[in-house]
Amino acid sequence: MSAGTLYDKVWDLHRVAELPGGSTQLFIGLHLIHEVTSPQAFAALRDLGLAVRHPERTVATVDHIVPTTSQARPFADPLAEAMLATLEANCSEHGITLHGLGSGRQGIVHVIAPELGLTQPGMTVACGDSHTSTHGAFGAIAFGIGTSQVRDVLASQSLSMAKLKVRRIWVDGRLQRGVYAKDLVLHIIRTLGVKGGVGHAYEFAGPAIAALSMEERMTLCNMAIEGGARCGYVNPDAVTFAYLRGRPEAPGAEAWDRAVAWWSTLASGPEARFDDEVRFDAATIAPTVTWGITPGQGIGVDETVPTPEELDPEERPLAGEAYRYMALRPGAPIAGTPVDVCFIGSCTNGRLSDLQAAAAVAQGRRVAPGIRAFVVPGSEQVAAAAEAEGLDAVFRSAGFEWRQPGCSMCLAMNPDRLEGRQISASSSNRNFKGRQGSAAGRTLLMSPAMVAAAALAGRVVDVRPLLTAAASPSSASC
Amino acid sequence: MNPQPFPAGPITCHRGRGLPLVGADIDTDRIIPARFLKCVSFDDLASGVFADDRSERPGDHPFDREHHQGASVLVVNRNFGCGSSREHAPQALMRWGIRALIGESFAEIFFGNCLALGIPCLSAEGRHVAELQEAIAVDPGAELLLDLEVLQVELESEFVGTNRWPVFLDPGPHRMLLSGHWDGTSQLVAHDAELTATATALPYLNGFR
Ligand code: SF4
Repeated sequence: MSAGTLYDKVWDLHRVAELPGGSTQLFIGLHLIHEVTSPQAFAALRDLGLAVRHPERTVATVDHIVPTTSQARPFADPLAEAMLATLEANCSEHGITLHGLGSGRQGIVHVIAPELGLTQPGMTVACGDSHTSTHGAFGAIAFGIGTSQVRDVLASQSLSMAKLKVRRIWVDGRLQRGVYAKDLVLHIIRTLGVKGGVGHAYEFAGPAIAALSMEERMTLCNMAIEGGARCGYVNPDAVTFAYLRGRPEAPGAEAWDRAVAWWSTLASGPEARFDDEVRFDAATIAPTVTWGITPGQGIGVDETVPTPEELDPEERPLAGEAYRYMALRPGAPIAGTPVDVCFIGSCTNGRLSDLQAAAAVAQGRRVAPGIRAFVVPGSEQVAAAAEAEGLDAVFRSAGFEWRQPGCSMCLAMNPDRLEGRQISASSSNRNFKGRQGSAAGRTLLMSPAMVAAAALAGRVVDVRPLLTAAASPSSASC
Repeated sequence: MNPQPFPAGPITCHRGRGLPLVGADIDTDRIIPARFLKCVSFDDLASGVFADDRSERPGDHPFDREHHQGASVLVVNRNFGCGSSREHAPQALMRWGIRALIGESFAEIFFGNCLALGIPCLSAEGRHVAELQEAIAVDPGAELLLDLEVLQVELESEFVGTNRWPVFLDPGPHRMLLSGHWDGTSQLVAHDAELTATATALPYLNGFR
């Protein structure tokens, strides 16, 4: 059993009571809500005659259903309009802050909470969305929850939880140029499997992790859930504190030193015990692309689609399904696979450094004929910062569309979607069948720089040669 | 549709008419098709119950038959509620009017989602389920009496006489239903003083002092 890890410390700090069924009642420090999973929870609260226990600890935004071309109200889709109107009514009735369209703070829930400084080390964070694990980048314990748990958090600011095991994922070395946090996490999931983390929290540590920017750490933790882990986190350090300093909802000057002092006590110390540990070497990782229908079906861009013989027997049935669905041949190189649509965005890779990395590739080049390529910033703040640097102009002159913020084609609950059997190069997080809005649509997950490279070539290519040729790509900054 | 109130408090017995739904492995996607998930409240889910199955046999699906309107005990077969974990499935059944299920077996997550609504999923032997489904088919107006304390279901019928069958429920859920502790939210809300104590000790809620 783990002891002395950040997970153990945060768990102990937030324990409220032991429950009759054997689980623990855990206080939730930050509750994030959006238009898709909250309406039924508010309705259930009303049915039970309960109030919101801590409206000041819940923060709302709208992201999943917003159109990214025109965000004028009412939306063309009446159901999308009804969902946003319901969120607005619930927030005003219960006194919950809503960062709405045009507020300057709207965006994908997992992008805006960090950039506003809401997400902080040592917190428990919950949101009715799988990718809540993103917030673990700050040394918070953050997990996605279902609708009835959203109701529970609204009613009681707490959740019934069972304690997880803690696995340390230690990464030595440094990521090579052209290899990003997205490649690292796809590599980890490829190695440990999409169910490998079930019942676990993943602690990401080691020299390669310490060297990551906050935005890269968010990409990494975002996809911990795709590896089956309930949450993933990075111990807070000087990089974390520097990111938070001066953000609107971060501790102010008066409390800052005390906050840093407390945050510094949270990291897993040398005495920490883990349930187990897995080691990786960052230097050996290549740009990684998925070829199949789960995020675990990934390979280096210089590799070939695995043949059944190369796979464990229990992976073969799913691989067979993936070959058929993706129409990819076992043993064929993944490089050269033609794509139709290129999507840069999502809570995984829709932040400023992601757009910078993609723009560095697109700069002075042109999207291949017949390719639909578009960039959806993760938030209004990301959009404004990118526009201030002229990234929108770089993308536009290269032939990319520059859109307004939202989840967009990550899950295609808005009008952005694949059609028919189209295949996308996508910087999002899920390549499940039908995920991007067409029942037969296909998805190749990769880093934003790799998506940009695919858009230029019209097919999957290794981005690394393009970077050497480019002027000087700005590396991930935050 | 059934105007009965939603479950509340201890659940010790239930009286209502039965609705037999024959077939194994009925999954949550059939109970409530995916297109009904994009909604703002669970209120309208009742109309989506078995929507696709019902449109395949208009008027003749058990949920559409005249004599089953107002029924509240769904009698099913093996592995009912399998598939995706969507909470909408038991919500939809509850909003249609179902207050208890009797079946050969239930998918685990579906069972848990029902329990969280105060809807017991009682299991029974296959031959007993078949007898019960048949008896209801013969006399759909007969009332079932579910006694959760002694775990028995009784059917009083003028035509087929009075019959009793044993039903099963694991001790944990059984206790939760009888004591009224099936509702997770009320358990959490009950610990308000402890919650305040935890919050008071959290540095980030108290200026890091
Ligand atoms: S971007 Fe995708 S994964 Fe992230 S919150 Fe939106 S829909 Fe979910």
